[in-house]
Amino acid sequence: MAAKQEILEGAMAVAHAVARCRPEVVAAYPITPQTHISEELSQIVADGELDAEFVKVESEFGAASVCLGASATGARAYTATSSQGLMLMGEVLWNIAGMRLPIVLACANRSVSAPLSIWCDHQDAESVRDCGVLQLYAEDSQEACDQHVIAFRVAEDRRVLLPVMVNLDGFLLTHVFEPTELPDQALCDAFLPPYDAALKLDPANPATFGAFTEPDKCMEGRWMIHDAALRSLSVIEEVSAEFAKVFGRPSGGLLEEYRSQDAETILIAKGSICGTIKDVIDQVRDEGKKVGLVRIKTYRPWPKDALLKALASAKQVAVIERGASFGAGGVMTPEVKETLYDAGKVIPVSGYCVQLGGREVPPDGFREIIDRTSKGQRQKAYEYFRLRTEILPDLVPTK
Amino acid sequence: MKFDYSDRILVPGYTSCLGCGEALAMRIVAQTAGKDTIFTNCTGCSEIFTSRYPTSSWAAPWIHSLFENSAAVATGVAAALKHKGKLDSTKVIAMGGDGGTADIGLQCLSGAFERGDDLLYVCYDNEAYMNTGIQRSGMTPLGAATTTSPAGKASWGNSRPKKDLPMIMAAHNPPYVAVTSMGYYREIPRIVKKALEMRGPRFIQIHCTCPLGWRSEPAQSAEIARLAFETGCYPLYEIIDGQMTPHKAPKDGWKPVEIYLKPQGRFRHLFRAADGVQQIARVQALAAANIRKYYGDEAVPDFAREAEKKVAETAAATA
Repeated sequence: MAAKQEILEGAMAVAHAVARCRPEVVAAYPITPQTHISEELSQIVADGELDAEFVKVESEFGAASVCLGASATGARAYTATSSQGLMLMGEVLWNIAGMRLPIVLACANRSVSAPLSIWCDHQDAESVRDCGVLQLYAEDSQEACDQHVIAFRVAEDRRVLLPVMVNLDGFLLTHVFEPTELPDQALCDAFLPPYDAALKLDPANPATFGAFTEPDKCMEGRWMIHDAALRSLSVIEEVSAEFAKVFGRPSGGLLEEYRSQDAETILIAKGSICGTIKDVIDQVRDEGKKVGLVRIKTYRPWPKDALLKALASAKQVAVIERGASFGAGGVMTPEVKETLYDAGKVIPVSGYCVQLGGREVPPDGFREIIDRTSKGQRQKAYEYFRLRTEILPDLVPTK
Repeated sequence: MKFDYSDRILVPGYTSCLGCGEALAMRIVAQTAGKDTIFTNCTGCSEIFTSRYPTSSWAAPWIHSLFENSAAVATGVAAALKHKGKLDSTKVIAMGGDGGTADIGLQCLSGAFERGDDLLYVCYDNEAYMNTGIQRSGMTPLGAATTTSPAGKASWGNSRPKKDLPMIMAAHNPPYVAVTSMGYYREIPRIVKKALEMRGPRFIQIHCTCPLGWRSEPAQSAEIARLAFETGCYPLYEIIDGQMTPHKAPKDGWKPVEIYLKPQGRFRHLFRAADGVQQIARVQALAAANIRKYYGDEAVPDFAREAEKKVAETAAATA
């Protein structure tokens, strides 16, 4: 049967893709710019098109906790959030990962208050990068849809059993209309069988969840999360390859190498910004310069080996970030440096914070970054790119 | 002598303190509920003393998540059971202490009750954050000393009356609200059974003596809890579909609050200083108000009216 592309708003497409994954319990709380995902799922349930419990929770903390309880009882559970909502469910995410519950959630990446902003950056998702929730990043609506299908499969794989967060840029993907092909329901059902929990809350087989551990055992319990996350690297590749075979799209995987195989200057980035970067790379390539992009699609676990391989020809690297670690530098930039350093490949790595809170960087900005990086000198370790210093007040208030 | 615990839901060997009111109440609640139950539990004393990995006292499915989300986790459990068609056969009981329920857990609890989620919530009220070392909660009574409301040269201990949590839950119009006590432990099974016969959100609060936090004799835990009721300090009642039925009044009449306060070290400071008498009068006045509210003005004993008068005079004098 021929596949059908429809013009769909990103968030709506995601909602329908999730519905086709047949979640049993959905608990979500509104927050811009995720809200359309929850609203559309709510409508899908109300129209009888998805047999699921849609729980109208009182907060994101409630949403994550309801998903936790549902998943522990053996149900496929889903939520979606952004920014402040992700912060509020932070405590629960650690708990979910620690209890090895395969919940899937979407994060429509949005800046974190204060100051308040509803526009896109990655600080929300990056602030929970250490807790054992796996993280995928979509470049476009199609990937956002497909990565959900992959996410459920990976999460519930008994070699993994970890929650998976699918990241899609707030507004830039959630509110943009793109031609999208929703995963076929029959193919989905074959690709993603019903969730069969290895262990669940069940009177027929009583189990205790959430015991406390003393110091002589706790580290091991937590190491097991790390171990599962590392193991998920190969599972993600395996599931992604199968997805490509069944659905015909390369939406999964650890990273994408865009004209980087012989590049001397390589940019590293994740999310929708890569669309713009690819256009600029095409222009620069037309001028004969060897430049490319390595797009991070799986951020957690960190695709160390794949990244090293992808950077084989690089002489200098620029990491493009929508994040920061205040008082230090970047978030992905140090991770790239660590990967290169551990392999003895100490080439110049420049980090760029190109936007916090949604201010778009036009193509000429990436052109500037490429030109500066190609010179071979390391720029600032981490630069807040095109910071509007003229609007800054006195940084140290006088009396 | 061999003991057979194979029918127990909460199996002996847990490490609660001697005389722990919560442990007693929880054992009875669990046993009454039976094996076809999924329990959720807040962080607090009970999850610590029943789930020290790799051991567990729970012979039924049980989950402890965080401090403040027992109700929300239970909502999720109920939703999953409903989706699987098992909610008619499997009961869901969410449990928590006063801290995890009335303070940090109130949001999730209120949400569950507003939504009409099909679960029973049991609050074990020992009137402070006991697990972390006796800090004041919203359910700590007037005058009680805790580590964050200590008695001192400039303090009479906790300066606020208890948060009226059962009334807050009743305002959600659930089918069942009950306030009971481990002092009347024989009544707990009837109350739990009554709740489990119904559907929708149900709330039971159980007053639990904490010999460690209250600084009382472990062997007197049940007796002290009964005195809480018999002095009017802790009203007991059931609200079924909005209809209030108070516990039978004490057959020997309402007792002065001193009899309840005296055996507890957390109120000792009220008896030391001469003007502690004023504070005791305030506690007595609160008890009087409770007796009036649930049993009528005629029920208020004279000594209690005296205290109310004294408190009013003091308030007028310092106004």
